[in-house]
Amino acid sequence: MLTLLLIIFPLLASIALLFVKGEQVKKIAFGAAVVEFLISIAAVVIFQRNADTQFELNYPWIRTLGINFHVGIDGISLLLVLLTTFLVPVIILTSFKHEYKNPSVFYALILAMQMALIGVFVSLDGFLFYIFWELALIPVYFICLLWGGDNSGKVTFKFFVYTLVGSLLMLWGFIYLYIHTPGNHSFDIAALYEAGRSMDVVHQGCVFWAIFMAFAIKMPVFPFHTWQPDTYVTSPTPGTMLLSGIMLKMGTYGLIRWLLPVVPLGAADWSNVVIILSVVGIVYASCIAIAQKDFKRLIAYSSIAHVGLIAAGIMAGNVQGIQGGLVQMLSHGVNVVGLFFIVDILFTHTGKRDLDSLGGIRNVNPQFAVLFLIVLLGSVALPLTNGFVGEFLLLNGLYQYSAWAAAFAGLSVILGAVYMLRSYQAIMLGETNTVTAGFTALTGNEKTVLVIIAAVVIVFGVYPKPLMDIAEPAVVKLVELIK
Amino acid sequence: MTALILLTSLGVITLLAEIFSFKKLLYPFVLVGLVATFVINLFDWNLSRTIFYGMMQYDHFAVAFTSVILIVAFLWFLMSDSFFKEETSVTDHFSLVLFALAGTVIMVSFSNMTMLFLGIEILSISMYILAGSKKDDLGSNESAFKYLIMGAFATGFLLFGITLIYGSTGSFDLAEINTFVASHKGSVPMIFYAGVLLMLVGLSFKVSAAPFHFWAPDVYQGAPTVITAFMSTIVKTAAFAAFLRLFYTSFISVSEIWVSVVWVMAALTLLVGNVTAVLQTSTKRMLAYSSVAHAGYMLLALVAGNIYSSSSVLFYTLAYSIGSVGTFCILRIVVGAKGNDNTESFNGLAKTNPFLAFVMTVVLLSLAGIPPTAGFFAKYYIFTTAFQAGYTGLVLVAIIASLIGVYYYFRIIIAMYFREGSHHLITLQFNHKLVLILVTIATIALGLFPDFIIGML
Repeated sequence: MLTLLLIIFPLLASIALLFVKGEQVKKIAFGAAVVEFLISIAAVVIFQRNADTQFELNYPWIRTLGINFHVGIDGISLLLVLLTTFLVPVIILTSFKHEYKNPSVFYALILAMQMALIGVFVSLDGFLFYIFWELALIPVYFICLLWGGDNSGKVTFKFFVYTLVGSLLMLWGFIYLYIHTPGNHSFDIAALYEAGRSMDVVHQGCVFWAIFMAFAIKMPVFPFHTWQPDTYVTSPTPGTMLLSGIMLKMGTYGLIRWLLPVVPLGAADWSNVVIILSVVGIVYASCIAIAQKDFKRLIAYSSIAHVGLIAAGIMAGNVQGIQGGLVQMLSHGVNVVGLFFIVDILFTHTGKRDLDSLGGIRNVNPQFAVLFLIVLLGSVALPLTNGFVGEFLLLNGLYQYSAWAAAFAGLSVILGAVYMLRSYQAIMLGETNTVTAGFTALTGNEKTVLVIIAAVVIVFGVYPKPLMDIAEPAVVKLVELIK
Repeated sequence: MTALILLTSLGVITLLAEIFSFKKLLYPFVLVGLVATFVINLFDWNLSRTIFYGMMQYDHFAVAFTSVILIVAFLWFLMSDSFFKEETSVTDHFSLVLFALAGTVIMVSFSNMTMLFLGIEILSISMYILAGSKKDDLGSNESAFKYLIMGAFATGFLLFGITLIYGSTGSFDLAEINTFVASHKGSVPMIFYAGVLLMLVGLSFKVSAAPFHFWAPDVYQGAPTVITAFMSTIVKTAAFAAFLRLFYTSFISVSEIWVSVVWVMAALTLLVGNVTAVLQTSTKRMLAYSSVAHAGYMLLALVAGNIYSSSSVLFYTLAYSIGSVGTFCILRIVVGAKGNDNTESFNGLAKTNPFLAFVMTVVLLSLAGIPPTAGFFAKYYIFTTAFQAGYTGLVLVAIIASLIGVYYYFRIIIAMYFREGSHHLITLQFNHKLVLILVTIATIALGLFPDFIIGML
């Protein structure tokens, strides 16, 4: 029941919000998101630390076609559910200082999005997964379209079509698997696993690419990333955070749950190509990030680099790689939301976000400088921050696959340090200029969010074990399944 | 069977209303009549009655499609009240529409080619007149004339086909034709095949499949909007039902001669319909091309030819018709307020009329096939059907086509939400509001719980 509650509650809250007018909307949305977080904490507490799928529900939905409403949570799902339920209230909190027009619709869309995201992470039926996958796209599309900056019509449309291309290919792949399921066809995850494994390596390869395209576009992996920087920059900050913090993880989660175990031979056959693409993407995106002047765009590119490493690690297909991928998904989610919030703070306090016109904020607001530095160090994966744990495991996993790939992927750490520290230098250090001189003290709300994020960066950098314990049995089981 | 009698008598009664000055009550009377027909029709389920000495068979297929037609007809009547109020010769409109509906009922329940022909003609002749029912409007006249000429051609092909098939098999009866063909494998006369292909051409015209679709955009654009809505929903549903019924009962054993033709037609219809729709500035014309495109998806089920074909077409026609009725209803309201039907007329609609914009978004998402709407499931089900029959390539074409489709449907969504425009608050009539609410609920409910409909056949 807990799983159903996790899905239904945001949906109900979202519908209820539509009928609320005025100032209360933000607070109610935040309250609902916090309640959802508490529900997920309850799930974490009850969750048995083993590899089984728990809180499982399986109702027939479309009997004629063997489609079930089959949901459940295992260690891998739980981490991502936790990420979603943690980030959504944070994202709502970051939006408190802005006055969005039509707030009830805005927050209702965010909560509807949360419903769909959780649905993606707990679905154990291919069709259901696809529905939630697509459902997640609609709210974020409208958030970016209606509250986005200039040119949002064109940019969001590109984003929509890009992801839809991927989704439809994935649908093609799923239908292909479905008609190969034994007996009275079924979309159940176990049946799809069986169907995928019964194929030869060539067919598995075809299915692999059909489904992989959807994930690759969503993450995005080079060279399917061209929609991403524009969309991130144009979207309103909460939209960007939803996209980069959580929605991107749908792709990497999809790799773990719906691709590697479904077509293990196909995945193994093509993993070298995917890893090469990912590693090229890491270096390419990092280099472009170094050349960026707009801080928001810089983070958008850094996100491509980070996710490239996650994809490469997962595709290596060993315990360290997948475990690292999971940990890094969480850290990247938290860190990137923090970074986008910092962009938002810079922009609201100074009206600028390009590196050239900022500088010397540390002299005016040392408190902000410290918090920014912590989030930034998490992002460049300094030891004792959360980013380090994930990247270390990822590189370790990748090294077992190929030393060369690990060597090149390792550049992401170095290049990441280059562009992040350089932007820190440009924004916070140096002489205070006319733009930054008026940088006022952080508001209570801004401080709260940054402190929460900084705390997460440090706590899970120093002691990541509880998170890793949740996922480990499930990951080990998964890797055995792939082998 | 009872549906046919009831619809025909309703049509006769409406004709009499002119004499007995019963006009004011006619509209609610017909609505109630439709609901009653729908309910009574459901009692025919499982009876599988045969009437007229086996010329019509009222099986599950017939009852299911009649129900779909009656549901859509009810919604359609609700949206087009002014067509039956403002214009002159109101009773003619009523009776023509009702007779057209009677024609569709014959088209979904025939088991003899004579009845097929009668059904198509009853429907078509009513539609020719209705398309030209705006007597002073040049476009409407052109539309009716074009429809008549092209329709007559198609009828000619159809009739010629029927004749050839009768000549070679000696029967009009669908089952007997099938037995004949099955028992004379390899020795069926050549003219039989010619007959099949001629009937294929005739029916493709009726469902507006490329390359026989050229009449559709002009006719759809010229006709009064409500009639366009009728043609692209109810007429299309009936034509597809007839198509399936004929080809799956009589010609299934010679499928090798027509499947590849339909394959090509399906691919062509999908691409031509969707690509041309992108280029349109008039929303009505865009919807006309999109209606052509949707015929392409339904042809996929025809190509597939397995046990799921009928139920996938049933679901598709229902989902598509409900979506179309919603779209046309809003189009009419917006055209009424803005005077023209360019995409720009929708600019800024969301700011002043959020309800209209929301409903439009839902139905457009459904037409574009985005979950969780009915349109998505309809497409998905058709794709699966074709996939199971092994037409992987055709499914890929359909997927590409639906991507193109997203472009022109989203153009309207973007216009409504993103572009600035000068709209005033439009006060909605009660019946329009009712249609829009019903359409929204049905679109989402069918998308989430499609099991009931697809389990019917």
